[in-house]
Formats: sequence, structure tokens, C-alpha cells
Amino acid sequence: MKCKRCRAKAEIKLRHHNAAFCRPCFVFFVQRQVERTIAQDKMFGKDDRVLIAVSGGKDSLALWEILAGLGYATTGLHLALGIGEYSSESTRKTQAFASARGLELVTVDLAELAEPVPTLARFTNRPPCAACGLAKRHFMDKIADERGFSVLATGHNLDDEAARLMGNVMHWQMDYLAKQRPVLESTHERFARKVRPLYRLTEYEMAAYAFFRGIDYILDECPNSVGATQLIYKDALNRMEAEMPGAKMSFVRDFLRNAQPLLAAADTRPPSSCERCGMPSFGALCAFCNLRREVEAKQAKRSLVPSPTRVLT
Amino acid sequence: MKVRLLPERRELVLDGRLRVADLLRRLDMLPGTVMVIRGDVLLTEDEIVEGDDFVEIRRVISGGSARDR
Repeated sequence: MKCKRCRAKAEIKLRHHNAAFCRPCFVFFVQRQVERTIAQDKMFGKDDRVLIAVSGGKDSLALWEILAGLGYATTGLHLALGIGEYSSESTRKTQAFASARGLELVTVDLAELAEPVPTLARFTNRPPCAACGLAKRHFMDKIADERGFSVLATGHNLDDEAARLMGNVMHWQMDYLAKQRPVLESTHERFARKVRPLYRLTEYEMAAYAFFRGIDYILDECPNSVGATQLIYKDALNRMEAEMPGAKMSFVRDFLRNAQPLLAAADTRPPSSCERCGMPSFGALCAFCNLRREVEAKQAKRSLVPSPTRVLT
Repeated sequence: MKVRLLPERRELVLDGRLRVADLLRRLDMLPGTVMVIRGDVLLTEDEIVEGDDFVEIRRVISGGSARDR
């Protein structure tokens, strides 16, 4: 198999592009794809300060490497989630990546800001992924705002977007569909613009890019994600992709072209401010403060229940 | 050949001479969901693996995050 660009021996085949590339040409292809996406979707420019959410996984670290290489003003934000050895290893990988490349990294321990993910999930009877997602989004928004970043970038890839779209369509989540696009302009003074520069690149492409560039990312999956619904959607989509190369790309691209603008136009309600933390909110409290209130109520209730020792005395 | 599966950290020993595409079929894995690596080289589906080869199959699918806002 030969490289489409230079005719050298290919190391990767992309069925959905009907193309194969050698290592240097593939690295060039990915970097150009990201550069083009940022320009075509008007995500940000060289004057913007971009905060990149980095988990220690392949996508976010690769995104950071690409954006820094393209000359954008980037800072990494890593939230240590408190999920045992998995979180410790993610933090180690992220810090090693930043320090080896001289990149600025902000590491924040969730336990110092609120409660670690396992506590949030246990006290609210929510799936850990739901509590984790809420906490991450809240603190990413908050830290971007407090530190004056105009753009918040995440490493969601095409597979993430396709799985999310499938989940939203399966349940006809109109409010989520109205906000599913690769650029979310700020709708509140405390919101940065949110962008997903990898949304046209597949998970396989990002893993190959990280491998080719020698990026040491965390291979293990979060122990809480076993059986997560998103993985079921990804599996279904990958089965379709195997039979119909390009299926994931056209699913997301055609949604963004044909349906998303109609849904977005109908979604004009701007957020107000959370009474408790001041962050954007569609109710009196933002979703994260609601979650924390639940935790506090459960903790208070628990402290009122007499312990067996107290009953005996 | 020896096959190491990641992130499971499991090892398999397989006989014969196989194209990568057939190796994946045999392990019931979909193309595009794993990287097949020999040494420090990523293998395309038409490559042959055999004999003393030590091959790493690294899963690329991650997930588990909640639905976004």
C-alpha cells in the first residue's frame, strides 16, 4: 500500500477517505485538517487565549500538541477527578507531557473545589459519568472565566460527536441537539466560546497521530465507564462504519448542515446567572450547584441519623 | 506469533501466517477500533504477521463521558 501524497510505503489506511499515508504525510494531513477546521468554522485566532481541557488521554494531548505547534496561545487545564489510581496516572501523564514540551498547565484538584467524583455520584444516586461530566463542565467554564480565557477547547473527536448525536437522536433530546455543534458562541458574560477542533477526525486517526508523535497518553479507561451508554453507541456506529466507510462522518456532517441550524435558530433562550455561584444557569441554580445542594442535603441528613453507638448509649 | 492486547494487558499466542485484516476478523475486532503495531510501526490491513512476530493490538475507542449540555 502506497502513500497518497508521496508514494512511499503507507503506514495507515483511511477507508473513509479512500486514502493511505506514510507517517510524515499522515501527521501533516492531521495538522492541516485541524488548521482548516479552525479556520472554516471560525473557532479562534492567534490573538485568542485558548484554554484546552486535557485529561491525559490521546485526544486532548494530541490537540494540545497540534495547537501549540500551530502557534496558538494555549494553556492546558487538567482536573484531577479523584477516581483512584486512574486519576493519579492521568495527572502524571498530563504533567509529564506539559513539562517535556515547556507548555503551561493548570492542574486543579476537584476534591479541593468540591467533592471528588465518587462522592458526588454516591450522594446523588447518579451514574458516575453524569456527575463527572457536570463537575468537569462547571469547573472548566469557571476557570476559563476566572483566568480570562476567551476560548475553551476540548478534544472531542468525530466518534465522540457521532455517539453523542446518536444518543441525542435516540431520545430526541431537542435542547441538546440545539446545542450540538463544534462552536458554541458565548451566550453569557462568564462563558468562553467553546470549540471542538477535532470533530472531523476519527478516534483511530487521533490514536495513530498520538502514536506517531510519541505522545505518552493514558491507555486505561476510566473504571467508572464500564458499560457506559456512549460505548454502546460507538460500537453500533463502528459496525456501520465497517460496512459503509464514511457513515460516521456523513451522520455528523449532514446533521450540522441540514438539521442543526434549524434547531439552533429555535433555541434563543439566553441563560441567566446562578444565584449561588454566579455562573450561567437556566434555573435559579446552575446544574452543578443543584448537584452540590443534593450532596449537602444527603450529608446533613446522614449526620442527623443517630449512629448505632449513639442509640446504645 | 505473540499478540499483546491493550489496555487489557492480555497476551495470546496464535499460529499461522495472517493478513492483519484476517487477524482482526479472527479476534472479532472491527477495523478502525484498534491499532495493530509491530515494533514501532503501525500495520495496515494488508500486512502479513507470522512466526516470531510480536504484535501489539491497542484499542483506540474511549468513552464513558456523560451527555454534554
